Amino acid sequence: MTIKLHGSAMSTCTGRVLITLFEKEVEDYELVEVDLSKGEHKSPEFLKHQPFGQIPYLVHGDLELFESRAIARGVADWYAKQGTPLYGSTAHERAQVEQWLEVEAQNYNPSISSIVFQIVFAPMFGKSTDEAVVAAETAKLESVLDIYEKRLSEKKYLAGDFFSLADLSHITYSYYLIKLAGKGAIYDSRPHVKAWIEGLFARPATQKWLKLAGYAQ
Amino acid sequence: MAVKVYGIPMSTATRSVIAALIEKGVEFELVEVDMKAGAHKKPEHLKLNPFGKVPVYQDEDVTLFESRAITRYIATKYEGQGTPLLGKTTTERALVDQWVEVEGQNYHPAVSALNYQLFFRKIFSGEGPDEAAVAVNVEKFNAVLDIYEARLTASKYLAGDFFSLADLGHFAHTEYFVKHSGKSDLITSRPHVAAWWQDISSRPSWQKTITYGSS
Repeated sequence: MTIKLHGSAMSTCTGRVLITLFEKEVEDYELVEVDLSKGEHKSPEFLKHQPFGQIPYLVHGDLELFESRAIARGVADWYAKQGTPLYGSTAHERAQVEQWLEVEAQNYNPSISSIVFQIVFAPMFGKSTDEAVVAAETAKLESVLDIYEKRLSEKKYLAGDFFSLADLSHITYSYYLIKLAGKGAIYDSRPHVKAWIEGLFARPATQKWLKLAGYAQ
Repeated sequence: MAVKVYGIPMSTATRSVIAALIEKGVEFELVEVDMKAGAHKKPEHLKLNPFGKVPVYQDEDVTLFESRAITRYIATKYEGQGTPLLGKTTTERALVDQWVEVEGQNYHPAVSALNYQLFFRKIFSGEGPDEAAVAVNVEKFNAVLDIYEARLTASKYLAGDFFSLADLGHFAHTEYFVKHSGKSDLITSRPHVAAWWQDISSRPSWQKTITYGSS
């Protein structure tokens, strides 16, 4: 049954879901572009499907689902038997994946999304970058990256010595920050974080997203 | 080995975990962390949670931090007992996950900022609220609550007609907001949100959770 993903290939949150679909080798999907420049995501018709006026949302048979992390979790479970395992292989490993997924959502994302908004998106909307916000949020992000550096010096990936949905969830915003906002220095100075994130960018599923989004090198 | 929860009774995130354990009928020990003395930032606690926060959950198999990961783990491990917190089908599970994310990404930032400004800030530092921050977050919270009102008009609980982890995640901050913010009308003026809050906060698990510790 065809999955219909309503969003935009270049969006960080739509990208999170696309990379998950690619890691799970889901072929039967369709990306339905939502025209953000025309405010389509705030139209009454769109709000019926996603009441917060955000992309993406996904249609899978009778089910409509929004919030990219919830969608990614769903895809990882529905296609558990194919593609890359995204939750480890034991209940203990799955718990570690859930923990680091929440670390991304609650500790990494607030700072990184704020910085990316200020540097990349605010100018697009004709607003100026608030440098004080960038400075404050960068300091917070660096504290988080210090913890990641220690973790990744002990384990190859966040949840353990296996790639998981927790690592995947970091890819799209990190790409925006490092490659589009030019803030790679805070990753370069932390060798284990640098190796980890470069490895995530090099994955075939990430490359497939970059190509679709028009960012491929 | 018994289940241990490292935290403090007034902590919202600790309360989420306690509520989940009670819903699932799991015995546990609350090990109080002396946060006033800065214990959560000392090496012994940082070994459990490198982010220096509470709660931390420990059983014979795992040590976990991040309350939403802990409650998901509890809901899964104890699937066969107590309240089903993840629904009964894969579709219901997906909707639970969706509304857990809505809480984490939309409800929590606004309500926790308001609780900090209007209640906790005075307790921790003696300072009054930053009125600009209050105004910004009241606007955000109102927008979120409008969406909740529409959802709860169509559905008894957030993920469907069943209480779940999605509703449970709202207990702790909503309790403080309704009791201590001075702005409880944001909740009570919305009939379906008000009815939902009345319903879930009456659950024995929540009533028990708020009795923990000396408050």
